[in-house]
Amino acid sequence: MAGSRHRGSVAIVGVAESDLGSVAEGMTPVDLMGQAVARALEDCGLALGDVDAAFAAATQLNMPVLNLCEYLGIEPRYMDGTHVGGASFLSHVAHAQAAIESGACEVAVIAYGSTQRSAGRSNAAPQEISAYEAPYRPMHPVTAYAMAASRHMHEFGTTREQLAAVAVAAREWAVLNPVAWEKKPLTIADVLASPMIATPLTVRDCCVVTDGGGALVVTSAARAKSLARRPAYVLGVGESTTHRHVSSMPDLTVTAARESGRRAYEMAGIGPADVDVAELYDAFTINTLLFLEDLGFCRKGEAGRFVENGRIAPGGELPVNTNGGGLSYCHPGMYGVFLLIEAVRQIRGEAGARNVADCDVALAHGNGGVLSSQATVILGSPSTV
Amino acid sequence: MTAKIETSPRATFVEYCRRGELAYQVPAGGGDPVFYPRLVAPRSGESTLEWRVSSGKGTVYATTTLSRKGEAPYNVALIDVDEGFRMMSRVDGVAPQDVAIGMRVRVAFVPGNGDEPPYPVFRPVETGKGR
Repeated sequence: MAGSRHRGSVAIVGVAESDLGSVAEGMTPVDLMGQAVARALEDCGLALGDVDAAFAAATQLNMPVLNLCEYLGIEPRYMDGTHVGGASFLSHVAHAQAAIESGACEVAVIAYGSTQRSAGRSNAAPQEISAYEAPYRPMHPVTAYAMAASRHMHEFGTTREQLAAVAVAAREWAVLNPVAWEKKPLTIADVLASPMIATPLTVRDCCVVTDGGGALVVTSAARAKSLARRPAYVLGVGESTTHRHVSSMPDLTVTAARESGRRAYEMAGIGPADVDVAELYDAFTINTLLFLEDLGFCRKGEAGRFVENGRIAPGGELPVNTNGGGLSYCHPGMYGVFLLIEAVRQIRGEAGARNVADCDVALAHGNGGVLSSQATVILGSPSTV
Repeated sequence: MTAKIETSPRATFVEYCRRGELAYQVPAGGGDPVFYPRLVAPRSGESTLEWRVSSGKGTVYATTTLSRKGEAPYNVALIDVDEGFRMMSRVDGVAPQDVAIGMRVRVAFVPGNGDEPPYPVFRPVETGKGR
């Protein structure tokens, strides 16, 4: 494996979720961030005093890095509040890699917290709507994803059943995850018969609405070797964006994941065939299809057929969203951090009944806005570096 | 010496709407049409943008029917306007679920809510009449 000089320079050494689902009354987003950071530090055997960089994003806080640092009583020398929607935390890993490599910091925490289920979704994530879209009263984000699905069906003959197969696979994985929110068995017929939200997407094509937070600890490869847990090395990262508003998206069937993926694969010196498990940001069923195509797991237009017959479900050829995904496990509004938590657990072999056998390479792909920002992180076990 | 802009792109667009015209911009030095209106042309960075009035004809690029609690379902669509720009809008004059990708449409202006200015929607063009 070739790859660039950045390959394997840093590792994710600690991961944790905060309380998930429906959290205790009065809990705040920063409570969940703080709880997750404390658990992630405990996970890797580091202490708050070791942390010299803080990264955070949230929809309920304008300056979440400051909230986090105040809450934990830390004064880090490096701060990054990049907010590109749900992909933010994958971008944070990319930025932490650069900062650690440059010597600007050594131990970075990346945190997220949301109480959107308790607070109500419209309070938790107020939408800024362009004057050129407002008169048409789009419900965002679902409107944009529904239109992308309409286009995929029109151009490639993708069916509602194929979209539903994505939700069914996610549910089958969720059944294997003790902390997943939705675990009732789900069939393709159930998805199709659920209330329509935005044609062609029913409520079961849409992610769950939960509270929750998560945190990651990232450090240099050298420091990682001295820690308790098996490091998940950052083999490659890539970010890209094509638009903010869906009306400015160049092609509704092609996302910037093509670019972010290409950059991450190039840095890692690997390709899609080398990936053992893929965690793809599934806020809606169409996402998984688009990212399977744009990240090279199948050709453009073929993802509908690709996901048929349980190919991405437990026991399938390509395990995708092994925690149950945003569709069934957890989705507090910005899901990105959970992709990385699951990818790390898969590489460590800590995912219990859902762990993929011999998992050495995990790809986590985040999405933000309305298919707007895309960020890819490829992680590898110690045997890959 | 840079002159302060007296009228925002939004205000100019709204003036056209009040006259029943769908306006867009083109960079003075050439290049792709620009929508939504702005002060700087994307990609080239050019800051001289000229206003044009569209023929108002276009094609449905993507469509969805939204169901909100307690409301009748309604359409939201992306329209590829013939001059080469895309915008969000709605197709009226047909049931929302009958709006189809590829449908030819023509602009119409409807009154805004309360103090809001009139805004562009689209209606299906009768086909087979040479229009």
